[in-house]
Amino acid sequence: MNLSLYTVAALIIVDTDGHRVLAKYYHPAGDPNPTPKRLTTLKEQRAFEKGLFQKTKKAGGDITLYDGYLAVYKHSLDLICYIIGDPSENELMLLSALASFSDAANMLLRNQLEKRSVLENLDLVLLCLDETIDDGVIVETDSTTIASRVSRPKADTTEIVINEQTLMNAYQTVKEKMQQRIGQL
Amino acid sequence: MVYLAIKELATTAEDVIMVTSSIMKDMQPNSEVIYRPNAIRALCRIIDPSMAQGVERFFKAAIVDKNTSISSAALVSAYHLFPAAKDVVKRWVNEAQEAVQGKSSSSFFNSSGGSSYLGWGSSSSNTTSGYQPIPSTSYITQYHALGLLYLIRQQDRMAVTKMIQQLGGGKTGAGTVLKNPLALCMLIRYAAKIMEEDPNMQRQILELIEGWLRHKSDMVNLEAARVICEIKGVTAAQLTKPIAVLQLFLSSPKSSLRFAATRTLAALALTHPASVATCNVDLENLISDQNRSVATYAITTLLKTGNEASVDRLMKQISGFMSEISDEFKVIIVDAIRSLCLKFPAKHASMLSFLSGVLRDEGGYDFKRAIVEAIFDMIKFIGDCKEQALSHLCEFIEDCEFTKLSVRILHLLGLEGPKSPQPTKYIRYIYNRVVLENATVRAAAVSSLAKFGLNAGEAKLSKSVNVLLNRCLDDVDDEVRDRAAMYLKLYEEQQLAMTYVKEESVYSLSALESKLVSYLSDPDAGEKPFDASSIPKVSREQAAKEVARPSTLETIGVPSSSKAATPPPPSAAETQSQYAQQLAEIPEFTSYGQVLYSSTKATQLTESETEYQVSCVKHLFEEHIVFQFNVSNTIADTVLENVAVIMEPQTDSGLSDDFTMPIASLGANSPGIGYVSFTRDESTAYQTASFQCILKFVSKEVDPSTGEPEEEGYEDEYSLEDLELSAADYILPTYVTFSSEWDRLRGGVTVTETFALPAMESLKAACDSIIEILNMQALGGSEEPQSTSIHTLQLSGLVAGGGGKALVRCQKQEAANLVIAAIV
Repeated sequence: MNLSLYTVAALIIVDTDGHRVLAKYYHPAGDPNPTPKRLTTLKEQRAFEKGLFQKTKKAGGDITLYDGYLAVYKHSLDLICYIIGDPSENELMLLSALASFSDAANMLLRNQLEKRSVLENLDLVLLCLDETIDDGVIVETDSTTIASRVSRPKADTTEIVINEQTLMNAYQTVKEKMQQRIGQL
Repeated sequence: MVYLAIKELATTAEDVIMVTSSIMKDMQPNSEVIYRPNAIRALCRIIDPSMAQGVERFFKAAIVDKNTSISSAALVSAYHLFPAAKDVVKRWVNEAQEAVQGKSSSSFFNSSGGSSYLGWGSSSSNTTSGYQPIPSTSYITQYHALGLLYLIRQQDRMAVTKMIQQLGGGKTGAGTVLKNPLALCMLIRYAAKIMEEDPNMQRQILELIEGWLRHKSDMVNLEAARVICEIKGVTAAQLTKPIAVLQLFLSSPKSSLRFAATRTLAALALTHPASVATCNVDLENLISDQNRSVATYAITTLLKTGNEASVDRLMKQISGFMSEISDEFKVIIVDAIRSLCLKFPAKHASMLSFLSGVLRDEGGYDFKRAIVEAIFDMIKFIGDCKEQALSHLCEFIEDCEFTKLSVRILHLLGLEGPKSPQPTKYIRYIYNRVVLENATVRAAAVSSLAKFGLNAGEAKLSKSVNVLLNRCLDDVDDEVRDRAAMYLKLYEEQQLAMTYVKEESVYSLSALESKLVSYLSDPDAGEKPFDASSIPKVSREQAAKEVARPSTLETIGVPSSSKAATPPPPSAAETQSQYAQQLAEIPEFTSYGQVLYSSTKATQLTESETEYQVSCVKHLFEEHIVFQFNVSNTIADTVLENVAVIMEPQTDSGLSDDFTMPIASLGANSPGIGYVSFTRDESTAYQTASFQCILKFVSKEVDPSTGEPEEEGYEDEYSLEDLELSAADYILPTYVTFSSEWDRLRGGVTVTETFALPAMESLKAACDSIIEILNMQALGGSEEPQSTSIHTLQLSGLVAGGGGKALVRCQKQEAANLVIAAIV
């Protein structure tokens, strides 16, 4: 029985050829169940992803056991998202994490959870992942909340557009400030 | 975004002051809500555990913040920090407790919306719209807070129990404060752990968990059902409720629920097949499920819980879809059927026809091998089906493309065929192999043909086989010719034939292997031919048992167990070779030559609960005896140095003390090995003696803060039990065919004595004690007395040092007659 909050071992997104689009493996330092370190090197990870893909490439079905890990997965357009956990985990817990992540990603990418849009908006997807799972602990299961935390208004990187409106605004501001200064003298 | 980068780089950064201060600025209570959680999580990644003190007030404030995202972030970060900074995090218990209680999130929306608007308003004048975080409705903070609380309190069982009772709510589990299903799952697991450790609380906690079986969330129901099924010693009555829940899941449209339910039921069927039998109908529907794992689990469960009637039905269904499934799945099914055969021997006819049917189908090597091994096991254990099975196998080898399988089947035919009522039937098949196949198969066929001839009762048969073998002498391959020639020779010499073909005993393989290895590695030993007489023999049955495969039913429920079974305890022969290796590494002992014999079990010289545990192993050499002491010190915080065992022989034993090898230093709970060596005054006599043993050492305390032992210690002695060196240490049990050996040794020296054993209560007790005292192998099942008044016990052993074979036959009445034939 896993009595800690560390439930997720990895989250992987794979495309239709079995190549990884995004993968994050969690090896938390404070894990009280020190299973022997697996899937730490890139080679192992690649081999694992390849085998997992072979087993799950048929559409339909969303849970399986592979190589000593429990995998829940979801097909979406041309990608497959996996969440990997220990076999003794509660399957529904992992499933809820997967559902919230993919729903939030869908919301952020305007319902186009496919390879091209993921690669273009990789920052959003990574932030979304970070808001869902933090180093193996499920942080949030409500997809709207996740999506809202990720979409930030770009207030601090506005481009200064030089057009009439902004010039008028600038002139206004200068005028007000001058009036204040002169009033203080 | 920056925070992501910080988190990834955190493992490489060394000087983090700049980043820390900028993050801390972002953590101020009036900074934007969106940055604070990320800041907190990044901070926990990069700070040193010693800095945790400094940020303590931030964390405390953050945990009780009304905004759930900040609160969650702080709790998760505290969770990560815990192993590194235990004391600091422990002080945040109260805050975490508050977080678990959960707060209504209605009011903060306005306040945080307001504050963020203000924040935006002050920082720039180009605000497009105020950022308003959407509140989380999942109460996931409770999950994190509960996890942190458990982590802090996990050593203290009372505190955990109180926590469970507090949060568990009333009897039905409905009054709980926890609204998050993940949190409830964790609570269930903690409750189960407590139940395991503390039997008094069992009933109460079980009621709580049963209440949760009816929760509205599936996750909680599943967790509760699983936990109840996994309780050690759960009764069938307690299982009805969780099984009912799992049964509901079996017919759910979501495949993960079906998967979870079948997995749990499959594991449960190992221990309580009767309870799982109620779900059989649902399981049968799942055999053809789309998800392969679900189907596998369903089948294996059904095979475990099936009774005789359902077996037929099952067979039909399985043969229906055998052609559609993958190879590795087929292997699993065949293994399960094999176990089923062994469970229901009466059904062997239908199972055999099923197995032979699939044997003819297409399939890979592993699959065919599994089937063949299943048939082998059936032949071994179910006598009735032998004829049928053998004929099926014969038909198979006509067409088999795998050489290894053909060889194995031919070998088996050679063993079993002659015993059958009509051996001639099989000879045709075997001879066809001799003519038609490749070299390996031909050689195997020749061997098995020969066995038919040699073992056959009638002279006509052996003459015919003789003729056939003569024809083989012209074969192309030399292995075949060699074998044919050898067997033809055997025909003429019946005595040799007995040894080769009929001998019941084989050499114990591991002992043979280790002796061969040492023979090859030692350059001097090559001058003498290899001496096989000192290797113990075991009966064929015993050897077969050592390699027998466990019934798959026990192992099939755990398809991928990374926590694999503990390695089996090393057999006697392996321990011998281990000792030989250890001794070979010690330079003082190399002059002694090869170790002849070591005692197989270490004799304990102390009680099991004492501070110092000592056990002794005796090693015999040509002219020396070495006693090996395994010492372990169970007192923490002390280190023993110069540990030595002083042995004083009590009677005049004919052994003189050589030297002692002490253990230099022995820490707490780590065993060490020391040696004491004696010289045998006469290497041919067998000295017996008893020794008084004392453990002498210098004990030093370990300084707890540095872990180093102190400078000075004090000398101490600890007396051990006496050690006996007796006849049993010189004798190695070994297996022979008693009657033939007895006749052979008739010419040797005989000693006859009569003993009375009044202290024994029964013949069985007497048998056991004689076997133990003499350390010899009981033969022919004679260790179990059949009647109560008179019994013949046959023992055999090998005396160490080339002393020769010893046979003992004792026939007991109330007064025992003990006959010893010893060859010196």
